[in-house]
Amino acid sequence: MGKLVKHLEIGSSPHVSDGASTDVIMRNVFFALLPVTVFAVYAFGTGAALVIIVATASCVLTEHWLCRWTGKPSTVGDWSIAITGLLYGLTLPPDLPLWMVFVGGVFGVAIGKFMFGGLGMNAFNPALVGRAFLQAAFPQAMTHWSAPFAEGRFEHIPSSVLAMPFWEPTYDAVTSATPLALMKFEAEFAGGRELMAGLTSGSVGETCGALILLGGIYLVARNMMNWRIPASIFATVAAVTWAFQLYDPATYPGPVFMLFSGGLMLGAVFMATDMVASPITNAGCWLYGVLIGVLVVAIRFWGGMPEGVMYAILLANAVSPHIDNLIQPRVFGTGRRAG
Amino acid sequence: MLDLFRKDTFRHGVHPPEMKDDTAEMAIRQFPFAPVLIVPLSQHLGKPAKAVVREGQEVVRGQTIAVPDGFMSVAMHAPASGLVRRITLAPGIMGTKVESIYIEPYPASTQDIDDGEPCGLDATPDEIITAIQNAGIVGLGGAAFPTHVKLKPPEGKHLDTLFINGVECEPYLTTDYRVMLEQTEDVFAGIRYLLRATGASEVIIAIEANKQDAAERFRTTCPDDLPVSVRVSPVKYPQGAEKMIFSALIDREVPSGGLPADIGVICCNVATTAEIGRLLPRGRGIQERVITIGGPGVRKKGNYRIPIGTPVGFALEQCDPVDDISRVFMGGPMMGPTVSNLDIPITKGTSGITAFTTAETGGSTGHKKVYPCIGCARCVEACPVFLNPSQLGILAKNEEYEQMAESWHLMDCFECGACTYVCPSHIPLVQYFRMAKKMARKLSAA
Repeated sequence: MGKLVKHLEIGSSPHVSDGASTDVIMRNVFFALLPVTVFAVYAFGTGAALVIIVATASCVLTEHWLCRWTGKPSTVGDWSIAITGLLYGLTLPPDLPLWMVFVGGVFGVAIGKFMFGGLGMNAFNPALVGRAFLQAAFPQAMTHWSAPFAEGRFEHIPSSVLAMPFWEPTYDAVTSATPLALMKFEAEFAGGRELMAGLTSGSVGETCGALILLGGIYLVARNMMNWRIPASIFATVAAVTWAFQLYDPATYPGPVFMLFSGGLMLGAVFMATDMVASPITNAGCWLYGVLIGVLVVAIRFWGGMPEGVMYAILLANAVSPHIDNLIQPRVFGTGRRAG
Repeated sequence: MLDLFRKDTFRHGVHPPEMKDDTAEMAIRQFPFAPVLIVPLSQHLGKPAKAVVREGQEVVRGQTIAVPDGFMSVAMHAPASGLVRRITLAPGIMGTKVESIYIEPYPASTQDIDDGEPCGLDATPDEIITAIQNAGIVGLGGAAFPTHVKLKPPEGKHLDTLFINGVECEPYLTTDYRVMLEQTEDVFAGIRYLLRATGASEVIIAIEANKQDAAERFRTTCPDDLPVSVRVSPVKYPQGAEKMIFSALIDREVPSGGLPADIGVICCNVATTAEIGRLLPRGRGIQERVITIGGPGVRKKGNYRIPIGTPVGFALEQCDPVDDISRVFMGGPMMGPTVSNLDIPITKGTSGITAFTTAETGGSTGHKKVYPCIGCARCVEACPVFLNPSQLGILAKNEEYEQMAESWHLMDCFECGACTYVCPSHIPLVQYFRMAKKMARKLSAA
């Protein structure tokens, strides 16, 4: 029996697990964003590449520094902050000055994530917190859009990107209106095919709806994303838009335009689905999606800004704990099915 | 979501690898006697039995060595002919010490068994219930709940359907499967006793789809006069829990905090049923049971009829353990309690011994880095009783035991471990809940 005594260890059951790991899930979300990222660099050139790199680096470094500063082991290895950084970069305009990118990243991670207690505790999506901060602090820079596929976009760096901190950035080109701005101010509706393929201007990662959906399908297939959230957002936006279009087709665009323009695809697939800041029950996720969908349409149609996805998601994040309070699973053997 | 469209299964649950191929086709073999057998007086839920032998006394295999102490207790029988060496405290699987009878079998001890007073099918229900109690029969599936107690429903409740549980959803275990194939007649005989005792009018044998030939055996050999239907469910854990069987097959839920009798049903493990059918006609008691010894930690895997009281260490030695054996547990890997001492004996509730090597235990929850809960909801999707393990886990960490019990249905958790199995952050959820349930009971009693 000596052989047995020497080696036996004690642990409480279950003695097996299905092998899923939080860092693996996070890494996969990061990978799912890579096609969108590659397209963003292809469409907007070196400016976009720099914005994305600085955004990711600012978030990762901020988390690392904050962990070191508070004497905790660095949590950079769980990949969650890399997703935040990359997503944050993808929501920014392609010629945003890099110092602004950096400041927003630090703010998003420090205030949006670390102050709440780090991974698992953040009430809001930290990437959107960073972006919302920039939107409030630098409204002009945050609404300057360069046209995609510009000549020579790989040869030189846009001068605005390298602007000195707190200096007025100089832009190489005039701003090019986004499809949503055209919708709002000119009542012009871009075509669905153009939007899906990413031929319009906008934030670096939001333009190509097809690639975003592809990333989402990959994550859903690997059971790393709750498909109910994007499905609920899409259905709500489509239904509400369709009703308004029936009522007045000259003022209101169709569902396809609304789904594929602006940040809706990126927001619905990659931002609203942040597991931490969304409800935990499936029923709650449907309700959360409906809320986001209604808010998006309301802000876009009647708000002061052409785009409302960011605020819609942040507001829904705030409501999410209340949805969890309201909707809990019906415990086995209680309620209508008992007995 | 898919479950809504799938018949004959419960909602939620998980799919651990079944791992039954190594032992499924191995016929039941008799296990040798250990040099000393340790028979605990409390192998069941309820009151310990009262020893009726004294130290130094000679006992015959099958002889009653302890009698039930009240209704919530069952008898114990000598697993071998030999000498009672000591009656003293011995280590038990739950980590506590249990009053136990040490029996030293005679070197020439044979497999002959002492027969007692037989109980025929013409006996009254109460006589059958008493016979089952005196035969020391408890739930052999693992819970070890005294079977005769279940057969007597509370006043005013009527039992209409008898479920025979042949699901065996724990990975690695194949004892019930072998019993179904090799003791089919005993199962039918047991069903007759159970029908007579309970007055139920219908029998449903529940089996999972990885045991189709057992289902086929039951269908082809079922006597015409027995009201038996065999139902096969898709493989899913924890389908073997009785509440899950009822919900899977007749779509009725046992009320929270209630009993199966509340919905007019009773569930009996298939091996328990076979023992009733085998023992009662001869007036014998349980002095051995069928277990699976398996897992990567042993080479001579198999299904064995093993004397009650055999120390785990002796059982493993007979099965040729590998060098880097690292963790041994009773039953399957989802719910099996870990063996902390190799003198712990096989009891009536032991359905198997599974041995893991370092390769497998490296993958268990305790060895992995714990991340914060990210709210992925996998545990919510896995929990068969629809709790919110994520929320319960956070509360447990903050030691909010009363709140867990009062507002979050902690007491409905039956500790299947599905939540811990799926948690990507490797949070020891079910482990928290086991402790929290104990603490909540203590707090509410105080």
